[in-house]
Amino acid sequence: MASKAEVEHPRKAFGWAARDPSGHLSPFNFSRRETGEKDVAFKVLYCGICHSDLHMAKNEWRFSIYPLVPGHEITGVVTEVGSKVEKFKVGDKVGVGCLVDSCRTCQNCSNNLENYCPQFTLTYGAKYKDGTITYGGYSDSMVADEHFVVRIPDGLPLDVAAPLLCAGITVYSPLRYFALDKPGMHVGVVGLGGLGHMAVKFAKAFGAKVTVISTSPNKKEEAIQHLGVDSFLISRDQDQMKAAKGTLDGIIDTVSAVHPLFPIIELLKSPGKVVLVGVPEKPLELPVFSLLGRKIVTGSSIGGMKETQEMIDFAAEHNVKPDIEVIPIDYVNTAMERLHKADVKYRFVIDIGNTLKSSS
Amino acid sequence: MSKSPETQYPHKALGWAATDTSGILSPFHFSRRENGDDDVTVQILFCGVCHSDLHTVKNDWGFTTYPVVPGHEIVGVVTKVGNNVKNFKEGDKVGVGVIVESCKECECCQQDLENYCPRPVFTYNSPYYDGTRTQGGYSNSVVVHQRYVLRFPDNLPLDAGAPLLCAGITVYSPMKYYGMTEPGKHLGVAGLGGLGHVAIKIGKAFGLKVTVISGSPYKEAEAIDRLGADSFLVSSDPAKMKAAMGTMDYIIDTISAVHSLTSLLSLLKLNGKLITVGLPNKPLEVPIFTLVAGRKLVGGSNFGGIKETQEMLDFCGKHNITADIELIKIDQINTAMERLSKGDVKYRFVIDVANSISSL
Repeated sequence: MASKAEVEHPRKAFGWAARDPSGHLSPFNFSRRETGEKDVAFKVLYCGICHSDLHMAKNEWRFSIYPLVPGHEITGVVTEVGSKVEKFKVGDKVGVGCLVDSCRTCQNCSNNLENYCPQFTLTYGAKYKDGTITYGGYSDSMVADEHFVVRIPDGLPLDVAAPLLCAGITVYSPLRYFALDKPGMHVGVVGLGGLGHMAVKFAKAFGAKVTVISTSPNKKEEAIQHLGVDSFLISRDQDQMKAAKGTLDGIIDTVSAVHPLFPIIELLKSPGKVVLVGVPEKPLELPVFSLLGRKIVTGSSIGGMKETQEMIDFAAEHNVKPDIEVIPIDYVNTAMERLHKADVKYRFVIDIGNTLKSSS
Repeated sequence: MSKSPETQYPHKALGWAATDTSGILSPFHFSRRENGDDDVTVQILFCGVCHSDLHTVKNDWGFTTYPVVPGHEIVGVVTKVGNNVKNFKEGDKVGVGVIVESCKECECCQQDLENYCPRPVFTYNSPYYDGTRTQGGYSNSVVVHQRYVLRFPDNLPLDAGAPLLCAGITVYSPMKYYGMTEPGKHLGVAGLGGLGHVAIKIGKAFGLKVTVISGSPYKEAEAIDRLGADSFLVSSDPAKMKAAMGTMDYIIDTISAVHSLTSLLSLLKLNGKLITVGLPNKPLEVPIFTLVAGRKLVGGSNFGGIKETQEMLDFCGKHNITADIELIKIDQINTAMERLSKGDVKYRFVIDVANSISSL
């Protein structure tokens, strides 16, 4: 007997889903909606594995809806466009990131800040305006409103482009908004994973000097030789951290585990900014004295659609390409385990086009 | 062999000092330096009692050296000027605030940000460049380098104007720096004490709508009728706090006790700014999700540079802004400190120095 997910929409779809908080993913038949007049339908070729996918698959944020098809770093080729679609045509290379809808009328939406709309709809695990649950990019097809689709320029291969749709925009947006994109600035990046390595690449492309702050000494050589990092601090080494005190204009903190803010704030010049893009599940301690030198602690969440397109175009023009490990779909559970141990340089990308095949 | 406080300088002075962590103040004989070529000697008439004075006499922050004469909201009259002093003459009404010396050469000093100089000398409890320690305004005179002396506005009463030298600049500086001065915008003032009540007055003078956020409901009538706040939000009333969520552009947080930033941050709109100027002696908890989801910031600020302090005084002169004070004699200081520790003052004690610390 077909499940609700299989029949609620007219078009068959196939993906891999988590069924419960074990987070284990397995084949899943479901369906996608008819391509509406403003919709873009595309064949998914690649999907990045974001750490959020792991958190959601395991219900760590306590709002997961099962079955859950993760994936919000999705790239592919357009197969159909609705009658009112203006920006895309069949055959175009496109991508979808973390959002598939927003209210479109509030002040934030009107200012290209869909990511701050109080009623945005996430690409997976969220309730869409038609009452159904959204399913993400670990699947063979996607349908999304044109407004939430971005064009992937020719200079960017689709596998490499995928992580830009979440990791890329999540660090690009605050580097721009908080004016940490001026040549000659000294920018720190805490954590060297998917987000962190993108922050390094964008900051270097902006002409900054980059210091990575990490708990893992074994990442140092790669960071310097391969990523072009200018210096590397082990956060537990108090002497190193002390020597770097007051040297950074701004810091992008990508760490989502609970961690001390004080040693990071101390690295800032006065004035200086720490921007958190990881979300620890407990509040962090903020020693107010450390902020006296006009230092700020702030946060940022993905980016608006206009900004996401701008970021993709910038990445294509300036050769900012994520470092990826392409995997077949049936490796995904192992990849999740390795991701949990931060054993990846620096983003897994699922080769959907070549390896996700429905058995039916 | 180091000299005693009485003999280390040529001019006798009398003040009241704390001698141990009980914080109890008593008469203290010491001395002031010879008036150098760049110095101004001030006969002190009034001195405000700042909460920092209380923290210092009790060594709450862990860096007090006893005996300490507190007081950095000093107003007095010039009795002597050095040969190089052109901007002040005998008889002028002047103020001295939080800082009495800085290196004058660093980038901060050169940008009129002496308050961010890495080698500041504070008006009390600070090592001076000659190895002695500075003593503050609970005393009958002070000798200060001309750069750190402020012209006191002619039209403002000296006693009620004294708290502007710390409380005034401490709220004025971040309001200017963080762009919290756009007429019509909504400012929240958390905490209604010395800093808070001045923030209301300065906020109104900038044309802002001002809401006081306080745990003390009984302060409401006074806040609105006497201080001019537009509204009053009782922070311990969950329904009222919920209704006010996302309504404020800025918050000046003057609360000096440890408190959670979660509920205050929820009051801010997208991109809202919370600047903390109270200095709790333990770290505050900051919920990162709130910062990330709303791109909100928590920032710090440390009194202000001299140029800015003069600008603030002139602004207050123009808008007739002074503190609401309770004038006391020096022998009431210990009772005043007790009452201050319980928040029992509307809203600043000011010591009538001229009429209670007898000159020698």
